[in-house]
Amino acid sequence: MSETKQKQQTPMVPYPSKSFVPERDLGSMPVLECSHLGIEFGGLKAVDDFSVIMGKTEIGGLIGPNGAGKTTVFNLLTKVYQPTHGTMMLEGRDMGSMTTVDVNKAGIARTFQNIRLFSNMTVEENVRIGLHNQIRCGMFSGILRLPRYWKAEKQQHEKTLELLNIFDMAGMADERAGSLPYGAQRRLEIVRALATNPKLLLLDEPAAGMNPHETEELMENITKIRDQFQIAILLIEHDMSLVMGICEDICVLNFGKIIAKGTPEEIQNNPVVIEAYLGKQKEAKA
Amino acid sequence: MKTKKKRFMTNLITYGVLILLFIVLTIMINNKSISRTLKGQLIPICSWIVMAVSLNLVVGISGELSLGHAGFMGIGAFTGIITSGWLLNGFSMEDPTLRLVLAIIAGGLTAGIAGVLIGIPVLRLRGDYLAIVTLAFGEIIKNVMNCVYVSAEGTTLHWGFLNGNLPGTLLLNGPMGAVKVKTIATFTAGFILVMFSLVVVLNLINSRSGRAIMAARDNRIAAEATGINITKYKMMAFVTAAVLAGMAGALYGLSMATLLPTKFSFNESINVLVFVVLGGIGNIPGSIISATALTILPEKLRFLQNYRMLAYAVLLILVMLLSNNPMVKMLWRKLIPGRKREQSGEEMRA
Repeated sequence: MSETKQKQQTPMVPYPSKSFVPERDLGSMPVLECSHLGIEFGGLKAVDDFSVIMGKTEIGGLIGPNGAGKTTVFNLLTKVYQPTHGTMMLEGRDMGSMTTVDVNKAGIARTFQNIRLFSNMTVEENVRIGLHNQIRCGMFSGILRLPRYWKAEKQQHEKTLELLNIFDMAGMADERAGSLPYGAQRRLEIVRALATNPKLLLLDEPAAGMNPHETEELMENITKIRDQFQIAILLIEHDMSLVMGICEDICVLNFGKIIAKGTPEEIQNNPVVIEAYLGKQKEAKA
Repeated sequence: MKTKKKRFMTNLITYGVLILLFIVLTIMINNKSISRTLKGQLIPICSWIVMAVSLNLVVGISGELSLGHAGFMGIGAFTGIITSGWLLNGFSMEDPTLRLVLAIIAGGLTAGIAGVLIGIPVLRLRGDYLAIVTLAFGEIIKNVMNCVYVSAEGTTLHWGFLNGNLPGTLLLNGPMGAVKVKTIATFTAGFILVMFSLVVVLNLINSRSGRAIMAARDNRIAAEATGINITKYKMMAFVTAAVLAGMAGALYGLSMATLLPTKFSFNESINVLVFVVLGGIGNIPGSIISATALTILPEKLRFLQNYRMLAYAVLLILVMLLSNNPMVKMLWRKLIPGRKREQSGEEMRA
């Protein structure tokens, strides 16, 4: 979309940590640039010196032991928490003054570790809420049922089914979201996030509670989403088969600090990562 | 489309039953086969229905407990009375229908403005704090109205605060309220207002804005992360409810010969809340039924004299207990198919 307004004139500074983007994304502006991002709760640094670059169509992974601060990073990126240090840029736009709503409008959508659907509404309505800022229709045309309302409703309905079809969920459009099985609820959250037309999709443990078969399907779908929508995806996951299978660039977090970055192979063989997960043992291997 | 169809049918039935009731009642009034007490209650019933439906928009759909709804009704009532009196005195507008319509619109507008002014600070709060502050604002409105004097001299309106020495005819007499009001409200107008508020609320719920309001209620964090401006949609629900309450107030005020500002106290707010809770939070047809039943009930209990309100309270408790009894619920489900949706509403409250 905004390849035209490239900011190539900015003076370049050396980056404190090495960052990689996929080769195919070299021509376009990175979708996300965090530098020295951090947040302190009282004296506790929950996230410290978090610097990352995400290419336009990169699938990135964020892993680390429990309590490492992974979800806190997501909360910083979506401005649920205000960072106390550092800066974030979304396609070259500074995100310093944005609110959670602005961040979503600017192009970051997320899912939640503990599912947060609108469980009393139907599946379709959940996705329609995702389309809220995409297909508009004011309050008065809604109350007076003007032609504009019918047009918007029709557009929303079609778009909803199209999005639900990614996960073969169109048949469930009329079910109550809260009554869906766990795996379907996770998928619905992804669809709802996709409906907001994001440039960067943040998935917080998308495979949690899924069986190996479902996880495999999810992996295919995540890649499919990336290819179809040409967006970047950053995911937190404990399932190493998923992370190592689809992530191109992995960032390992421990006690709020990045301890390693690199390709899946590099991470698998990194002694610091193995130590963080398994403790100091010579034979330990992931 | 199943759920959507069911909702559409429920709405259609609601409209249909109301229209049918209106026709039957009109025929009964013309035949004079209706008791005097019930006839006198028809207009208040209409305004209480509008109050219950509009409060349900705030409490049930938007999920914020508002305890000052009667304040907006009061603003609407006195604005309506002033508008009607001013139009009669200043412009000698004799046509009562036109005066009533203009009075109701004026009542709705001023209540809406008050809703915006009160909503800005109030909707920054959540939960219990919001309830307490709306309660306070309701009382403030009532006490301010207690001190306001308004009179009409020709086409000019004079007003005084704590000062009743005004030229012209007094329309609003401070703590004495409005006296010698020309009662121009009619049952037909009341019915039209009920239908209007139903159309507004039901259409709002089934639109993009309504879904956003419900999303903000169900999961605040998820709604924000999905790009919904929570304050805007909470405000939309609050102000719409205030406008409808103001209109109901204007109708109510113009059906009474005298009206005291103390009428719109905390008690009335709670009364409307009782309508909403008894009819089912978020259930609009339920609000209509409970508002009607609970307006008629105290009158029907008059034979109990001093124990009237005691019996009313006991009856309310019994209804609550019975409607929550699993056996009774099962019976209902057998009698009326398709009550699944309301079941889910109960889960939400739990």
